[in-house]
Amino acid sequence: MKTVQFREALREAMNEEMRNDPNVFLLGEEVAEYNGAYKVSQGMLDEFGEKRVIDTPIAELGFTGIAVGASMMGLRPIVEFMTWNFAILAADQIINSAAKMLQMSGGQYHCPIVFRGGNGPAGQLGATHSQSFEAFYAHVPGLKVITPSTPYDAKGLLKAAIRDNDPVVFLESEKMYGDKGEIPEGEYIIPIGVADIKRKGTDVTIVSFGKIMKVAHEAAEILAKEGISCEIIDLRTVRPIDYHCIVESVKRTNRCVVLEESWPLASISSEIAYHLQRYAFDYLDAPVMRVTQTDTPFAFSPTLIEEALPNVPRLINAVKATLYRN
Amino acid sequence: MATKAVVKPTKTTKKSTSTGTTKFSKETYIKWYTDMLLIRRFEEKVGQLYIQQKFGGFCHLYIGQEAIVAGTITASRPTDSHMTTYRDHAHPLALGTNPRVLMAELYGRTTGCSKGKGGSMHFFDKEKNFMGGHGIVGAQIPMGTGVAFAEKYKGTDNVCFVSMGDGAVRQGALHETFNMAMMWKLPVIYIIENNNYAMGTSVERSTNVQDLSKIGDSYEMPSKSVNGMSPEAVHEAISEACERARRGDGPTLLDIRTYRFKGHSMSDPQKYRTKEEVAEWMEKDPIDHCLDVIKENKWLNDTEITDIAAWVKKEVEESIEFAENSPYPAPEELYEDVYMQKDYPYIKEY
Repeated sequence: MKTVQFREALREAMNEEMRNDPNVFLLGEEVAEYNGAYKVSQGMLDEFGEKRVIDTPIAELGFTGIAVGASMMGLRPIVEFMTWNFAILAADQIINSAAKMLQMSGGQYHCPIVFRGGNGPAGQLGATHSQSFEAFYAHVPGLKVITPSTPYDAKGLLKAAIRDNDPVVFLESEKMYGDKGEIPEGEYIIPIGVADIKRKGTDVTIVSFGKIMKVAHEAAEILAKEGISCEIIDLRTVRPIDYHCIVESVKRTNRCVVLEESWPLASISSEIAYHLQRYAFDYLDAPVMRVTQTDTPFAFSPTLIEEALPNVPRLINAVKATLYRN
Repeated sequence: MATKAVVKPTKTTKKSTSTGTTKFSKETYIKWYTDMLLIRRFEEKVGQLYIQQKFGGFCHLYIGQEAIVAGTITASRPTDSHMTTYRDHAHPLALGTNPRVLMAELYGRTTGCSKGKGGSMHFFDKEKNFMGGHGIVGAQIPMGTGVAFAEKYKGTDNVCFVSMGDGAVRQGALHETFNMAMMWKLPVIYIIENNNYAMGTSVERSTNVQDLSKIGDSYEMPSKSVNGMSPEAVHEAISEACERARRGDGPTLLDIRTYRFKGHSMSDPQKYRTKEEVAEWMEKDPIDHCLDVIKENKWLNDTEITDIAAWVKKEVEESIEFAENSPYPAPEELYEDVYMQKDYPYIKEY
């Protein structure tokens, strides 16, 4: 094993896949000469040259559409968005073109393409730079949506995404790129759509994904000291969702809290809460709780951010509510 | 109410055939005539069937614009690719897709060219490199450019033809894409099927820059206007553009001036243009023109001309018979062709 940053894990995944398959290439704003706005693609231009590591102008709709068309021809583009907020400009090509191509062409053309970049709030950046897109894209049939929380998962899942024959939305975070974690020396793949139990526990199941997983780990540590044993499920993929893993866990713990960095309405947490009342109703000893961002646009001031984001005390309260210990 | 825009056909003498100096062969004219007649008769029938409510959805006819696809196909290679808008019936017909699978697609049948999942606006035929049929105005512009990107990446000398209406020129996607296509010198040929009306809004009422060939100027893209009622003019312009693209010199923009004899879609009362304007353009019908050239040169006798018409009629009739006798997709077909992954775990509770 070796310790790497999140960005290095992503880079290793891309480097290995580009060495394995000449049809894989990377394009996006600042990915080549600048070595990546967040240094994910550092050194890749040197290794692969300007044919395969391509700087684009600031034209998300245009370069995303070009990548989608290239994927229809059997190439395997990795499209880097500086953040997913900017990818809203490219949503037509992701949702109307890539996600629907296979179906609308009656199975004739498919889009083996990865869309990746920073997602979710990343500090005092204001409302337009701080959105989480898990539920947006999870809503769309034809896409797969990956939300890694560790360098290990990021590398294995990105390799799976690049090899996948369907369009994949891969959600990272500017706040995670410097996170460190252990990964094996050699190549490995993590299958898309399989959740991971990151912490074993017996009293409550906490379901989460992506950057906010850190809050789950921190809360679980504190709760352990109070004698409350939390099981933490990292979904890792939010389309498809590994419902089986969640239901089986709740059958053991009989309680569940969903922790999500984004807004509450039509969210991953509401989907999971529905699923549990439908398929684990008789096992539940308390209503499913959730902790999400406030139902408001993200704001600039630190006090407003503090109020908007899910945090450890709110999660602890929610866990205790399922145990009737508030 | 805004004044009706008046758009004049390109100034040519009516039935100007100038056969003595034609650069094109008998075979080419017969191909143009046959292809265009098939498209015309197919779509006339489609219009009738639509009114009879044989199938639903939107339906955008190409009638009047046939010289563009006819001239493009004779100037291109089978290995080139084509991508267009939702006005997409003519392109696969000109490329040789069997009319039966196109009619079946209109009927929403499983034997359709997109298995009944795409409909009128989303025809595809991978065998002919016909890459759709796209319903969002302008979406095909970056995608088709991506096809050209892939050709260059793979080192072929194939080109991609990207067709669009005059309305699509106003989409941001076009401008973003033109910039990259020129910078990367991609082998792509942009064809504006300029029928002067974006649905009901004339070019005059949608822009300050009414000469659409100038749109390429900001990107230093070679651009020209072409008489779209003339397959000869289209063929020549496309040939020149293909040469440029194949030798690695990048894209061309062709503002091909044409006219749709029918409405934007089947539900268009056409109050934005005069009957006189339509009549004036119909005088320039490219099918009549090709037939005149063929007759003047005595390339076909009356019987042979009748035989072509009979063949076309039979093709169209058989396509209807084929479509009407084809099955609708079974309900479980919904779960096919959404993912390449065969065991994708759909939520099957709904």
